[in-house]
Amino acid sequence: MDLSSINWILLLASLMVAATPILLAGVGELVTERAGVLNLGVEGMMITGAICGFAIGVETNSAILGFVAAALAGAALSMLFGLLTQYLLSNQVATGLALTLFGLGLSALIGQGYIGIKGLEVAKIHIPLLSDIPVLGPILFRHDAMVYVSIFIVAGVWATLRYTRAGLILRAVGENHDAAHALGYKVVRIRLMAIAFGGACAGLGGAYLSLVRVPQWTEGMTAGAGWIALALVVFASWKPWRILIGAYLFGGLTVLQLNLQAAGMKVPVEYLAMSPYLVTILVLVIMSSGRGRAHLNAPAELGRSFHASS
Amino acid sequence: MTDLLTIQGLTKAYPGVVANDDVSFAIAPGEIHALLGENGAGKSTLVKMIYGLVKPDAGAMHLHGQPFTPPEPRAARAAGVAMVFQHFSLFEALSVAENVGLGMESPPPMNQLSREIREVSHAYGLPLDPRRLVGDLSAGERQRVEIVRCLLQDPKLLIMDEPTSVLTPQEVEILFATLNKLKSEGTSILYISHKLEEIRALCDGATILRRGKVVGSCDPRQQSAAELAELMVGEALHVPDRAASEPGEVVLQVAGLTSEHVSTFGTRLQNVGFEVHAGEVLGIGGVAGNGQDELLSALSGETRGARETVRLRGDPVGHLGPNARRDRGMLSAPEERLGHAAAPDMSLTENGVLSGWQREKLTSGGFVRWGAARAFAEKIIEGFDVRTPGTHVAARALSGGNLQKFVIGREILQRPDVLVVNQPTWGVDAAAAAAIRQALLDLAAQGAAVIVISQDLDELMEVSDRFAALNAGHLSAPRPARGLTIEQIGLMLGGAHDMDVAHTEDAEQIKDMYQNPKSGEPRP
Repeated sequence: MDLSSINWILLLASLMVAATPILLAGVGELVTERAGVLNLGVEGMMITGAICGFAIGVETNSAILGFVAAALAGAALSMLFGLLTQYLLSNQVATGLALTLFGLGLSALIGQGYIGIKGLEVAKIHIPLLSDIPVLGPILFRHDAMVYVSIFIVAGVWATLRYTRAGLILRAVGENHDAAHALGYKVVRIRLMAIAFGGACAGLGGAYLSLVRVPQWTEGMTAGAGWIALALVVFASWKPWRILIGAYLFGGLTVLQLNLQAAGMKVPVEYLAMSPYLVTILVLVIMSSGRGRAHLNAPAELGRSFHASS
Repeated sequence: MTDLLTIQGLTKAYPGVVANDDVSFAIAPGEIHALLGENGAGKSTLVKMIYGLVKPDAGAMHLHGQPFTPPEPRAARAAGVAMVFQHFSLFEALSVAENVGLGMESPPPMNQLSREIREVSHAYGLPLDPRRLVGDLSAGERQRVEIVRCLLQDPKLLIMDEPTSVLTPQEVEILFATLNKLKSEGTSILYISHKLEEIRALCDGATILRRGKVVGSCDPRQQSAAELAELMVGEALHVPDRAASEPGEVVLQVAGLTSEHVSTFGTRLQNVGFEVHAGEVLGIGGVAGNGQDELLSALSGETRGARETVRLRGDPVGHLGPNARRDRGMLSAPEERLGHAAAPDMSLTENGVLSGWQREKLTSGGFVRWGAARAFAEKIIEGFDVRTPGTHVAARALSGGNLQKFVIGREILQRPDVLVVNQPTWGVDAAAAAAIRQALLDLAAQGAAVIVISQDLDELMEVSDRFAALNAGHLSAPRPARGLTIEQIGLMLGGAHDMDVAHTEDAEQIKDMYQNPKSGEPRP
């Protein structure tokens, strides 16, 4: 094994790119879960976003339209989940799992004509001065716009949850939906909006894979990224900035795994592929040891159906 | 003087039950009006209609002489109607200020809101720290959050749904002082309760509901509590009676009981110790959240501790689980009927088996003896007047009072040596509550040691031989219940937790400041 053959600057630079899909999907799921809804369909929404974004992007030759289409597709699929869980009161876990399977099948169907087609070339942003800084420039300031959009979304979610009334109401709905209803807030409507936001973000995350990271369409190309995003939300204990840290950590593991393979290290890649989940379980155990749910910061009504019986 | 709120012919029906049937009454400005009735009499539905949470099927409401049909709580709040809920509409993981802000239409920025909360809460003698998490507050303090939330909106009509059920006597006094002060400032209050003495002490007028209908209205100051009770229940109430008995030998000894792990918002028991004699009822009072659940769990065996902390007839059982304790004759019935005392979706027969399989020998060789199990359930239903179509009915389908009778009866019929019950009559109508208390007294008269944990002091005074108070995980030394005054009990319960009534002058000034925002900046 030859570690010196790894270009560390390149590795760190590709870290941000590798982390962006799970960062987007994770922050969307965070908003959904803060509203008290557990949507396990992230993987399905991501892959649907990936194919819709790729298809529209290739057809229109515009990455921006591709991302918009991906967000819409993700949101549309999440509304299916919303309809089932919020109005028909189906079980959120089962519905979310079904959504993942449905999304995988749907994307394969849509994507039949797109296999092997070359994707778009998404331009990297070049910021004068900043991008030319040695070491830091390539790592931080020579990426495509979506990398920065994703960080902007995290910042936006953080500020909204923390400082705005809308964020307070969202948290209140996730904390105690009966009380929120008694105060006259529209629990179902607020939750649907949170679910749609989560779906749109997951769609963007999927499209980032098919439009920027890979960039082409293959069936099942998300390869578990949606599940990592779900683990990420728990890892981050429902706090937006920790999603960023977690995403870069998990993204870093993915990149490291590829580089180690290239360097000829004799560690089975499966170990590194497992590591995000192991880390999440470890974090859960450490955080919950002896102090309980409030310190875990989990929304109290997570996964519970709301029915206005008054 | 015109009435503030008039209600005419309000009717609301749910499938299978008419919650309100042609209800009419009026509230004058500055009046404290009581709405009196049993559980299920339709009080809550009625106030939900006034607050815009439920739409009436028929009838009309007028506020200030104008037609008043709030489509949602927001509209009711805008019209000057505020409500303090029975089950607090609070968010445990949010701070006091955030909770207050959520209940307001257009709250000011957080800093200003925090300042207003501090000032208004002091002005009304209900001091609050706006930064604290609601989950860390006592029940009395939580109620203050609700009241302050209402006061900040300068309500014309304040609805209070069973406000005193979670308060110590001293806290009740402070609440009444606050309400009287509000009344003197012209705010009308609709006060919902089934506690007659409170209504007689506080209210100017009363409307009595029974099964959704107005059965009378009166000036509660002119009526005796017994007369009110008869109007409310529709029949003379049977007061449990007890035969005086000499306490027997010590059956249960608890010493040095300290909980090691508690849930997030739970309370740690601190070196709890007491003895219970055969044939005796020990009443344990205290405001919710002072360690009642933890104590029950330690006595039932759900939480295990050191061997010597709990002794049954001298044998250490502190380390044993619930089944082993049941086998030895130590039974319990927890507070939460659905989900703790009974499995909601299982039938009464199955619920009977879950608790009684050992002592009633309902299993043999690992198989359930369904015939015997059904007979056991039937015996409970018959013996305790549980009104249900049969033993096959799911526990969930029973009303609270009926299920509670079933749960208590299930334990009593297993002939316990020690029975621990938590909140045996919570949310149960008066007739069923009387029956349950009588059953507990009968059990004690047959020589069992009974521990009743309750927040209802009247209930404890009625059934207990000795009384002890649980406060922040500490248990006071038991004292003979007979002859204890409400003030003494209040002090045992920890009094009014750091509550004080502020000076009236300050109150006036600050109140003025917030009631006349148009008159310019607050005075310095």
